Amino acid sequence: MKPLKLLALITVLITAFFLMYGVNEMPDWGNSSAPASTHVSPYYIQHSQDDTDAPNFVSAVLADYRGFDTLFETTVIFCAGMACMMLLRKKKK
Amino acid sequence: MEFFLGKFNYWVYIAMMMIGFYAMIAKHNLVKKIIGMNIFQTAIILFYVSIGTKKGGTIPILEGAGHHAVAPESINVAHYINPLPHVLMLTAIVVGVSVTGVALALIILIYKRYNTVEEDEILRQLS
Amino acid sequence: MTNRYENLIIEFFCRVIAPVVLLFGVYIVFHGEASPGGGFQGGVILGSGYIMLAIAYGIDFTLKRIRERIILFLSGFGVFIYGGIGAACLLWHGNFLDYGKLPLPLAHTNAIRGLGIMGIEIGVGLTVMGVMVSIYYDLIVAGGNQKENKGEVCDGILSR
Repeated sequence: MKPLKLLALITVLITAFFLMYGVNEMPDWGNSSAPASTHVSPYYIQHSQDDTDAPNFVSAVLADYRGFDTLFETTVIFCAGMACMMLLRKKKK
Repeated sequence: MEFFLGKFNYWVYIAMMMIGFYAMIAKHNLVKKIIGMNIFQTAIILFYVSIGTKKGGTIPILEGAGHHAVAPESINVAHYINPLPHVLMLTAIVVGVSVTGVALALIILIYKRYNTVEEDEILRQLS
Repeated sequence: MTNRYENLIIEFFCRVIAPVVLLFGVYIVFHGEASPGGGFQGGVILGSGYIMLAIAYGIDFTLKRIRERIILFLSGFGVFIYGGIGAACLLWHGNFLDYGKLPLPLAHTNAIRGLGIMGIEIGVGLTVMGVMVSIYYDLIVAGGNQKENKGEVCDGILSR
């Protein structure tokens, strides 16, 4: 094995060790009282039908509560398409 | 044993992420690097979606809903899985496709200039 | 091409299934607020319908169906719809992207908010579809055989 690939493998193993060390603190799979599910998401689940008239919570959060975020997400996609076009088109003779 | 089975989603995401990370830093082919980047991204998506699950929960769409108001107290929160990771990853998937497109465009330009996508060959031609 | 019927099954299947895919994409976009779906997913399905046609029939066939300048127009127009609906809310004394303030003839403001969500999802769907098809055209024409595809995609409105 080349020394550079060995170095890459060691880096990957060290990173994996730190990630596995961090798993100790994470909640179990499917735990409904995990920190990710207790702070803001109950508000979205309970009030989104009242606030936005959209039964799909994902659409309500995506398009209404976080609409500004999605606007610029769309702009990022548009810019990616334009960048692709400017890189690959030939100049018109 | 309980510890390993209860957190199996984290082991899967760590394994996938490390496969992608190794492909990104150790492979010398630029297309393989991009495939590694996509695997890395899929691992992050898996991580986010898996921390939003609840045991016995259903998809985050209100059941039996027409276009009428529902009292917020009558909705059982534990019945629906967490919608926030889905929202974040929904945009991340599409942005990831765009990033892959721009990266492939750059690789096409590199291939036209140097006639290869191997890093070693490009470095040899540069020196 | 030596055998004309080489790709007969693929071409026939794509021709049959393409309208269904496009219709399903429109359904996903419009029904995104009440069922699984939304602008991003529906846009990707719409774009993949055209990409499927381009894979089966070649890029020239698909360019006759949906032209390059139409795709570029749609991908910009989607962002315009999104930002336009957001800015229109400012005119009726609301915040930016506050759809409840739009003066639509509906019973209560919540229904107007639902319509606003559907409107911006149409914008997102158009942008995603246009960008997917545009990236595919660019990659195929630039990476493929240059002689066969000479100058086809360069007719776009934004070509330098």
